[in-house]
Amino acid sequence: MSLKSEEHHIIPLKSFIGVFFALLFLTVLTVVAAQFNMGEWNTVVAMLIASIKAFFVLAYFMHLKVDDKVFLVCFLLAVFFLIVMYAFSVVDIYTRVGVSNIL
Amino acid sequence: MSTSNTTTQEYVHHVAHHFDSAEEEYRTSKFGLWVFLMTEILMFGGLFVGYIIFRGIYSEAFAEASKFLDWRLGAINTVVLIFSSLTMVLSIYYAQHNQKAKVLLNLYITFFCGVIFMCIKAYEYAHKIHEGLLPGHMFHYSEQVAAHAPLYFSFYFCMTGMHGIHVMVGMGFILWLIRRAHRGEFSSNYFTPLECVGLFWHLVDLIWIYLFPLLYLVG
Repeated sequence: MSLKSEEHHIIPLKSFIGVFFALLFLTVLTVVAAQFNMGEWNTVVAMLIASIKAFFVLAYFMHLKVDDKVFLVCFLLAVFFLIVMYAFSVVDIYTRVGVSNIL
Repeated sequence: MSTSNTTTQEYVHHVAHHFDSAEEEYRTSKFGLWVFLMTEILMFGGLFVGYIIFRGIYSEAFAEASKFLDWRLGAINTVVLIFSSLTMVLSIYYAQHNQKAKVLLNLYITFFCGVIFMCIKAYEYAHKIHEGLLPGHMFHYSEQVAAHAPLYFSFYFCMTGMHGIHVMVGMGFILWLIRRAHRGEFSSNYFTPLECVGLFWHLVDLIWIYLFPLLYLVG
């Protein structure tokens, strides 16, 4: 009745180090990308890079890649409801501001 | 479990009586923590949604206001948090390999990274407060700025403040882990608290990964 480490998929040490350097590289990339004026695309690029970083943190540091899929479902469910909250807020605000500039 | 070392008293974790096995206890604890993380994602999500909407409406004012932030300090803090995430995950890794000294070393480094992060944050806050770059009606900067710059600082202080509170709570939990690790409670047989605090700490890191470009690099 003990927690044998064999039952858990242990991610090798070199993966963690690799992920760490990938995250460092992507941080530098975010800062470099922000120096270019791409208009609206600046935000898109910044969010895209942040999401790649988030993937690495979630998959490796938070073990979602090797863990039971129930934890992945938890995370995706939270993201889904976040998108719902965002979508309804945007539809509400922009339809009102567009009509009568209420803000 | 290994009984090779009989001279030192080995810590034995007793599974709570309402669980059938250590495996079940571990999975249940972790599931509970993930449900908590779901609420955390949605709580910070509300702040992010508000920020993104207002940034869309007052994009010029937000771009101007964000220039008051020093992106270099934000970048240093990003690196500090990423490094602390690495050491946090290494402490779990070494617990799974029964290396107590390395578990402790990594926990101490993680805690110390939290201290560095909060010191840099305190320096930034002190600078903003001194300049009068404050939320809403408290805003009193000496020069003329965009009309909605105070709104930007409302979001800045709310989001980084909420994040900072989470970092401090996380540091408290890491101290608790250090205390338990000194007692030799963690091994490949039992590392649930390390795993759960680790998940919380990584979520805090994850939130900063989005906060940094949104607050410091807009414009």
